[in-house]
Amino acid sequence: MKTGGRAFRYGDNVDTDVIIPARYLNTSAADELAKHCMEDIDAEFAGTVKDGDIIVAGENFGCGSSREHAPLAIKTCGVGGVIAKSFARIFYRNAINIGLPILECAAAADGIRAGDEVGIDFDTGIITDITTGETYRAEPFPPFIQNIIRSGGLLASVSGEGEKK
Amino acid sequence: MGNGMTMTQKILAAHAGKDAVFPGELIEAGLDLVLGNDITTPVAVNEFRRAGFGDVFDRDKIAVVLDHFVPNKDIKAAEQSKLCRGFACEHGITHFFDVGKMGIEHALLPEQGLVTAGDCVIGADSHTCTYGALGAFSTGVGSTDMAAAMATGKAWFRVPTAIKFELEGTLSEGCSGKDLILSIIGMIGVDGARYKSMEFSGAGVRSLSMDDRFTVCNMAVEAGAKNGIFPVDEKTLSYLYGRAARKPVVYEADGGAEYERVIKIDLCDIVPTVACPHLPENTRPASELSDIKIDQVVIGSCTNGRMEDMETAHAILKGKKVADGVRCIIIPATMAIYRECVVRGYVTDFIDAGAVVSTPTCGPCLGGYMGILAEGERCVATTNRNFVGRMGHPKSEVYLASPAVAASSALAGYITGPEDRKK
Repeated sequence: MKTGGRAFRYGDNVDTDVIIPARYLNTSAADELAKHCMEDIDAEFAGTVKDGDIIVAGENFGCGSSREHAPLAIKTCGVGGVIAKSFARIFYRNAINIGLPILECAAAADGIRAGDEVGIDFDTGIITDITTGETYRAEPFPPFIQNIIRSGGLLASVSGEGEKK
Repeated sequence: MGNGMTMTQKILAAHAGKDAVFPGELIEAGLDLVLGNDITTPVAVNEFRRAGFGDVFDRDKIAVVLDHFVPNKDIKAAEQSKLCRGFACEHGITHFFDVGKMGIEHALLPEQGLVTAGDCVIGADSHTCTYGALGAFSTGVGSTDMAAAMATGKAWFRVPTAIKFELEGTLSEGCSGKDLILSIIGMIGVDGARYKSMEFSGAGVRSLSMDDRFTVCNMAVEAGAKNGIFPVDEKTLSYLYGRAARKPVVYEADGGAEYERVIKIDLCDIVPTVACPHLPENTRPASELSDIKIDQVVIGSCTNGRMEDMETAHAILKGKKVADGVRCIIIPATMAIYRECVVRGYVTDFIDAGAVVSTPTCGPCLGGYMGILAEGERCVATTNRNFVGRMGHPKSEVYLASPAVAASSALAGYITGPEDRKK
């Protein structure tokens, strides 16, 4: 599984309240949530993000609430993957469960600049900054987790009705 | 490997049917309770149906609590509540709490005796870690995990390592569990316990009330922790007695248990503490913040809406007046606490002081309703998060504090500790 696109860059401790503010949680419709993704720290994000683009961030990405609406909003915006130095525990679990690919890689999180063109191969964990020519190696997920993500989430993979790509 | 297990590891091992577990090991554990609320349950229900699950694993071991946006704040919230209600009815969910019976989930479930010592609990709400105060393993998950758990009664976990907090002494007058946990988060940071357990121990535990312990465990997630947990003592057992339907099972950490880190805290050293915007780790003594003028105070939430919190607020507000220009919103966390506030005359005293009293709701804590902040406004809140936009406008500010600091600040119009005001 691969993705590629432009990098959006954020700092440490990006919390679920800025990923999708609770004032929009009166719905669980993914396309509604996507319209407001990252709104409180980057009002431009939801309007400019394109399919395959990636988010690059620092430590503890996704800290805060357990709302699965957060990874869902990011995925529905078209984001192909998130690279961070580390992920908060519940977000990490939720991202896998709803099929949003994520990778922990401190070197890539430091090296990739906002706007760089980046390619990610989730099967190998190889991250390529096409703009700078740098490559980074992250630990890829084991096959069973990759299968969950590829199927579109935990329950889709269990029930076999996944949106296989 | 070490010669023993932490308290958390022992509970996980027992629920996985194993004699021992090791840090990093992936296990599947049986669950005593699966929880969801009006925001996370609709997503879980949709997943549950989409996956084609037929029945829930045990209708007595699922709790659905409408608390975040109820009484319904708008049409969309009403639809979400309706969906939860429909699911609960369809599956005969025993512990479904609607308006009139509900409370903020993490105050309500212990009060109703739905969690007991030794339990293994997951909830689709990050503050599910609160029940560690009862000597249970409990942790927050997302809606998909909730959906799978409602069908199977199981969840997978990576066995965590732990940080041990050795508490000594007693808290000073005017200090509470909130000041302790804010101080700890200030010390170790918002990811200081990421993926780990926070295990509390030591002679100082005895002096902490159950409500203090609930507050401390509630905010373990604010340090990134998987769970927070207290040992079971006489206070725990007397809290559980006559309340919990299931028999408590008492686990103790082994003498040889390994901890990543041991932090000693003398409770006498804790002072009234405030977490400044926009992270719970930005802590300062309340006494250093008297130049911060405020527009609003919120006393409530799953962190600090319990009876002791109401008692503290009442002792400070009774017979006084909230400062001009400050809106003071008090939200007892459950119907039982709300009723007790009425019976004791607290509600009258709060209203006479110029405060408003709401029925239980998470409401303003997460910027839902019942106290949203405008651009540039500042609030002292007994809630748990002060992220950008948490209580309203992205340019508003939330200062996290204890009920004593919040009530004292409501009277002063600026941030102040209870002691500073007395002088």
